[in-house]
Amino acid sequence: MSLEHFIQNAISEWMRVKGPQSDIVFSSRVRIARNLDGLPFPLLSTQSQAEEVVRRVEEAWKNDKDRLAVLKDAELIRMSDLTDLEKRVLVEKHLISPMLAEESRHGAVLLSQDESVSIMINEEDHIRIQVLFPGLQLEKAWELASQIDNWLEKHLTYAFEGGYGYLTSCPTNVGTGIRASVMVHLPALAMTQQLNRLIPAITQVGLAVRGIYGEGSEALGQLYQVSNQVTLGQSEEEILDNLQGVVRQMIEHEQIARRRLQEMSLTQLEDRVHRSYGILAHARIIDSNEAMKRLSDVRLGVDMGLILGVSANVMNELMVMTQPGFLQSYANQRLNPEQRDIRRARLIRERLAMEQTKEQ
Amino acid sequence: MLCPECGKRPATLHYTKIVNGEKTEFHLCEVCAQEKGEVMPGFEHGFSFHQLLSGLLNFNSSPQEAYKPQTLRCNTCGLTYNQFSKIGRFGCGDCYKTFRERLDPLLRRVHGHSTHRGKIPERAQGELKLKKELEQLKAELAAKIETEEFEEAARLRDQIRSLQEQLEK
Ligand SMILES: [Zn+2]
Ligand SMILES: [Zn+2]
Repeated sequence: MSLEHFIQNAISEWMRVKGPQSDIVFSSRVRIARNLDGLPFPLLSTQSQAEEVVRRVEEAWKNDKDRLAVLKDAELIRMSDLTDLEKRVLVEKHLISPMLAEESRHGAVLLSQDESVSIMINEEDHIRIQVLFPGLQLEKAWELASQIDNWLEKHLTYAFEGGYGYLTSCPTNVGTGIRASVMVHLPALAMTQQLNRLIPAITQVGLAVRGIYGEGSEALGQLYQVSNQVTLGQSEEEILDNLQGVVRQMIEHEQIARRRLQEMSLTQLEDRVHRSYGILAHARIIDSNEAMKRLSDVRLGVDMGLILGVSANVMNELMVMTQPGFLQSYANQRLNPEQRDIRRARLIRERLAMEQTKEQ
Repeated sequence: MLCPECGKRPATLHYTKIVNGEKTEFHLCEVCAQEKGEVMPGFEHGFSFHQLLSGLLNFNSSPQEAYKPQTLRCNTCGLTYNQFSKIGRFGCGDCYKTFRERLDPLLRRVHGHSTHRGKIPERAQGELKLKKELEQLKAELAAKIETEEFEEAARLRDQIRSLQEQLEK
């Protein structure tokens, strides 16, 4: 399969389309947790109870899919029908959680055609509605998630209690069951060493910040996920407003840091982003740590107008496509880490070359 | 998921073992895992948050409470408070009622609140409204009986009956 063809099949819309504020915010996600009344949570459900949950959701969708345009051409995928590699690719695209892929026994996902909506079944809760949009679009994502929620509720009775709200398996999700998150790219704040001050401040207002790739404190590719922690005692709108307000401030700080870098050390910055571009365009072996770092640099260069002729979303694409699952699915075979590093370098070279031929 | 080994306790340990190049997934409860003497590579994976939460739970209970014989158990799903404090997750919606007393302080610690203020499902909305109406009618009925307006009282009684029927549906 040609790379171009592979990308067309492999890339979700959130990676392809430019959203608002997309020079800093890559994507917005809203996920709401729901459980069905009268059935134990997936943690304790028997095979037949878990199957029952899948059946009920499937029935609701089959009988009434015309009412929600976004789900009309959706597909119900059972985890048991997928290979490990296929599941891994869905995780790398952020369409399902690692938990659904690895732990659930009757896990399934109802996935919309454009991959903006995934309804996970039998994850930690019976139902998790996820909406993923490019750029900063929290309100729109919540609107759609809430619509889907209303539509599901017409067919299913939720576990809900006046005082506690929507009941969830983990008490950290109870109440609204909402987890809203934004994926932000903060290279300039990282370069100017301001993140160590910013992150503690953010956690103090009830939000969580964590690196998207990499483990521990070091976030590979300077990509961070900011999300709400509180789900109870505030309305969905308040939760989203709070998150949105903080994200706007982060955007502002990142923009100031970028401007300052441009004013104070333009040559060093240019050297850094072009050097990274050179490595990506010519390397024959590259591990995922280095790839993420270089991709982040090039993305910054593109967003600041220092690198021309490469579109910004190519970096989003490559950050996902150079993950192990994608590499192996493109290669159509299992690869050991050394083989992956070689394939990764080749895929990046080919992808950047595609951009150049587009230019001419 | 229930532990496939004993079929009783929730499987809280999930891991993959590679034997002769064959990948096998294991799901066990803590008791069975201990009995089988399984060493768990990757045990930390995905558990930090729940362990953090259970740290919170342990911190919550006083030493006396921790030594008290554990009897608090959800009648619907069988989960004990002890199990909950280990895995940080409930087994069913009724657990919220069963563990209410211990839960509220925990919720306040995690969320700063213990009462829901967000969206309400349409169905529950209707039900809440009916319940409120019902209470009001009952109060009126009592008043009419008090003042011996029996014709009115009979009318109210019929109304209450039909509302109750609607609620039971
Ligand atoms: Zn067991
Ligand atoms: Zn229970």
